[in-house]
Amino acid sequence: MTKKKVEGLVDFAILSMKYKTKLTKKFENRTAYEAPNPNNVLSYIPGTVREVFVKEGQELKEGESLMILEAMKMRNQIAMPFDGKVKAIHVKEGDRIPKRHLMIEIE
Amino acid sequence: MSLKKHILDLRKRKEQVEKGGGDKAIEKQVARGKQTARNRILALLDKDSFTEYDLFVEHEARDFGMDKKQLHGDGVIIGTGTIYGAPICIYAQDFTVEGGSLGLMHARKITKIMDHALKMRVPIVGINDSGGARIQEGVNALAGYGEIFYRNTMASGVIPQISVILGPCAGGAVYSPALTDFVFVVDNISKMFITGPGVIESVLGEKISMEDLGGARVHAETTGNAHFFADSELECFDQIKKLITFIPWSNTKRAKTFPPKPPKFKGNIEDLIPSDPRQPYDVRDVIKAIVDDSDFFEIQELWAANIVIGFGRLNGETVGFVANQPLVLAGVLDCDSSDKAARFIRYCDAFNIPIVTLEDMPGYLPGVDQEHAGVIRHGAKVLYAYSEATVPKVTVILRKAYGGGYIAMNSRHLGADFMFAWPTAEIAVMGPEGAANIIFRKEIEEAEDKDAMRAQKVEEYKEKFANPFVAAAKGYIDSVIEPSETRDLLLHAIEVSAHKEDHRPAKKHGVPPF
Repeated sequence: MTKKKVEGLVDFAILSMKYKTKLTKKFENRTAYEAPNPNNVLSYIPGTVREVFVKEGQELKEGESLMILEAMKMRNQIAMPFDGKVKAIHVKEGDRIPKRHLMIEIE
Repeated sequence: MSLKKHILDLRKRKEQVEKGGGDKAIEKQVARGKQTARNRILALLDKDSFTEYDLFVEHEARDFGMDKKQLHGDGVIIGTGTIYGAPICIYAQDFTVEGGSLGLMHARKITKIMDHALKMRVPIVGINDSGGARIQEGVNALAGYGEIFYRNTMASGVIPQISVILGPCAGGAVYSPALTDFVFVVDNISKMFITGPGVIESVLGEKISMEDLGGARVHAETTGNAHFFADSELECFDQIKKLITFIPWSNTKRAKTFPPKPPKFKGNIEDLIPSDPRQPYDVRDVIKAIVDDSDFFEIQELWAANIVIGFGRLNGETVGFVANQPLVLAGVLDCDSSDKAARFIRYCDAFNIPIVTLEDMPGYLPGVDQEHAGVIRHGAKVLYAYSEATVPKVTVILRKAYGGGYIAMNSRHLGADFMFAWPTAEIAVMGPEGAANIIFRKEIEEAEDKDAMRAQKVEEYKEKFANPFVAAAKGYIDSVIEPSETRDLLLHAIEVSAHKEDHRPAKKHGVPPF
């Protein structure tokens, strides 16, 4: 056995075994997985909201344009993923938003 | 002019150009805690060994008033010299001259010394300290970068390529270091990124400091771009010099042999390892107990610390070590540690350095983030690198060798030349608990006291399978050894394999899972 006392050891489970070990910063900072909600329209790239074409409560068909998210000098059309209704709009024109930002909720 | 006058004229010209960007710019450089390009070269190379080339090169840019500017040496110093007597080619960008910006002639000087290094089959060291492309030279600057990258690629696996980041190295410029074998960074001085904080903020609205975005620590700890991290330029130069002692000049040579020395470690090697496979220890202590003079030169110490890589010597000969580190994340393989190990294995193979693998790992890291980050693709690199390598390959299984990890860590099945296992080795498809739960599911479920039955079955499994003898009975392990015999057997293995010949099918190149 090592005589040195090691700091910062935690229990770490791999399959059914638990090991005493240290964690890395990267491991501790990893983001927990969340199942995607198809009713949330998230930004797939960071950028600026240029135009919003729809209003809350509006009924739309699949493929109709919801808004334009400008990123890397490209005007990206954000389209309705399926037939439905706009439940809530969380962005306005001119907003600069990060990746995976909730832009529009639909139902 | 008399001869004497010619000589005096030469001296005057040299003196002028050697001042680089002049006293004011040098003052600024020093105020940033940085040395000048010339002093860096002199500090790194053996005394009086530096011979400069292309001192009098001048740029040819004519647009934007550049024709009126004189840029000494066009912002880069190139030449040859020695480190501990080993010849090397070197270039150092001079930030005091137009911010070390890269124009056509600047790039020509760099490619010239790279070509020279490749032809002479000696290592190349590049000291990067540059604001980036010289905008006034437009596409000529881009051409320059491209020509450097092309040469980095041609030289890869032929001569050692070392990049030292001692200032900014931004935009396209970062790809030259990224293509080279070893990248050195210094705290508070090195900055590497593709797009700087300014652009990131204006395009994406994300605020971040230069240091947090691409400082030395980030690349040493988070991205894995850097291999060596130092607190000062002098410490960095010492690291480079030490590295040079461990590696050969080119892929047709062997690393220099040093007089053999016994390890400084004087205890019992078996005392370093807890017998309970769940308890951690620092595998570097085991390496130090094995290598000459207990001198282990670790690479990428701060990144993906769950695997340890680096150089040591056995009987005076350089050996590359790859070891699972039970102290960090229990020594699992994950995306980063696979990447780290695979590249090192390929380096050793390219440069005729035998590989010793010390194995103690519970398997791959479970998790959505790992699966989605491509642990399949990254993990495959380890299999590829070990299988492809034709240098002597030795494995010592210290404790756990479970599942896919057992296969990946230079198993017999991937072409290991020598497979040793300590009596503490557990070579099995998974840990005893997991295996017992699956194999004896029915018995455990039907038992009155499920926990007692499970414990009994786990014991049974341990007894039968959690040992090295099942694998040894099949010849997958050559020899179950006492820990105290490890060094002697490794010395033996390296000696026996001194003339190893192993060939791969003729091909242009493989298609590894990059």
